[in-house]
Amino acid sequence: MSGAPAGQRHPLLRMIAARLGIGVFTLFVISTLIFLAISLLPGDIAQQVLGQSATPETVAAFRRELGLDQPLFWRYLDWIGGVLHGDFGQSLANGRPVAALLAARLGNTMFLAAYAALIAVPLAVTLGLLSALWRGRMFDRITNVLTLSAISLPEFLIAYILMFLLAVRMGWFPSIADPGASPGFGEMLNRTFLPAITLVLVVTAHMMRMTRAAVVNVMGNPYVTMARLKGASRWRVVTRHALPNALAPIVNVVALNIAWLITGVVIVEVVFVYPGLGQLMVDSVTNRDIPVVQACALIFAAVYILLNLLADVVAIAANPRLLHPR
Amino acid sequence: MTRLAKLLRTMPPTAVFGLIVIVIYLVVALSAPLFAPHGQAEIVGAQFEPWGEVYALGTDALGRDMLSRLIWGARNTVGVALATTAIAFSLGAVAGLLAAALGGFVDLVLSRAVDVMMAVPPLILTLLALSALGPGVLNLILVVALLDSTRVFRLARATAMNVMVMDYVEAAQLRGEGTRWIILREVLPNISAPLIAEFGLRFCFVFLTISALSFLGLGLPPPMADWGAMVRDNAALITFGDITPLLPAACIAVLTISVNFVIDWMLHRASGLKE
Repeated sequence: MSGAPAGQRHPLLRMIAARLGIGVFTLFVISTLIFLAISLLPGDIAQQVLGQSATPETVAAFRRELGLDQPLFWRYLDWIGGVLHGDFGQSLANGRPVAALLAARLGNTMFLAAYAALIAVPLAVTLGLLSALWRGRMFDRITNVLTLSAISLPEFLIAYILMFLLAVRMGWFPSIADPGASPGFGEMLNRTFLPAITLVLVVTAHMMRMTRAAVVNVMGNPYVTMARLKGASRWRVVTRHALPNALAPIVNVVALNIAWLITGVVIVEVVFVYPGLGQLMVDSVTNRDIPVVQACALIFAAVYILLNLLADVVAIAANPRLLHPR
Repeated sequence: MTRLAKLLRTMPPTAVFGLIVIVIYLVVALSAPLFAPHGQAEIVGAQFEPWGEVYALGTDALGRDMLSRLIWGARNTVGVALATTAIAFSLGAVAGLLAAALGGFVDLVLSRAVDVMMAVPPLILTLLALSALGPGVLNLILVVALLDSTRVFRLARATAMNVMVMDYVEAAQLRGEGTRWIILREVLPNISAPLIAEFGLRFCFVFLTISALSFLGLGLPPPMADWGAMVRDNAALITFGDITPLLPAACIAVLTISVNFVIDWMLHRASGLKE
């Protein structure tokens, strides 16, 4: 297909636009789901908050206050409209605005996730490459067993083992990751080291295995054999011939695993009593503080969807066939 | 018999280890009352007794025998995980096979529903659903099973799709066989190998999810011994340098590692030893 420069860029932009559209639509569907999950399920929030002893009048008044007497559709519009303006309603447990509760903790969670990701990504990609390079050798076999074991461990076991060894036995790091009142950056890094390194161990294993698989997959192609036959060194074959073609799947793997961090964060925050979003969500689930659970779920879901979207877009953009359409 | 012996001989040591561990767990789970010195809810001594002659692994925060609770935990935790996996697997496999065999509208609706469920981290959806439904074993099993069935659905649908385009399926359709016959007699036998491996993977995943949830305090109701909750209840001991709370977590880890070793070997064999 021949065409003007505008026509050549078109397919790429169109695919990215399509992915963005799907992402926004998914987010909309998920927000509806999160809203409906709470509204359609058995049990009346007002009755539960006030307890069985409440008179029908107080329950009715409280329902009116929460807006539960309005039709479902209006409640959804009201809720999503508020969310888009940063108003997540009020906590049932203590009456404080949910947005204020979230604001304090979202930063902490983001800090922890970014800390873990900055260590895990370079580590996992390097190890994955080496293991693909030395496929079938000792290094590969040992990492295979180690990563398979790491994947099978519950996050809280890794967390407690690290806490036991590094905090209790060695006393190098605090066993409770409470950032306290505005610590310095270095102090913060030290205090959150244990939760971060737990996340690194959990995520690296996954990311490394997937990176290895992606590179091994590319290494099976005829052009790699060709490069070997013309006398290129193993390292050169991997970095110059295999890696550029494995880039798209690797980027995908990285984004997917950073999204995976989100699940790990919930448990790790609980273990180290770290005041983040995950701990807030677990506490709110136990208290059945529905507005807070909804807000947390929406934020986690939005981050997850955005990261997956980013991975797709980068994977599309990194594909030479789409960059230079014929 | 000789084939079985040959199979066992060619197994890598990791797979042999895995199989032996799985068998041990099953025996302990099935005959928990025989092995456990005490009942799971029985308070037998003071809080946090040390390891010793009377209580092999000490006692927990309420003075219950740790070893007995570990043994009962095998029955409870593994039992719940197995039940959940079985439900998730049947649900996902049936829906996936139906979507592949019927195609059209059914396939479209099921696939889109699964896409939506998979667009959010499962733990987050599980927490959301449990906060709405309230805690409880039945809710836990159903929620985790439903969310996990999405992965089975994807695999069952994809593998069944490949078989559906085969000539022998077309021949069966032309003969006038019904959907049920085609699924059970033509498709299922041809996709059983990947599905069995998937069952093991799903079990590991479900087992870890349920342990994580019970660690977060949303698992089995309190008097029942449950490995995830046992870690949580006794976690305070770790700061005093006592590793007892790690034991239930280790029980979880050893089983999942073993299952993974066996699956790794099965997948390796199924892939025709390509690597």
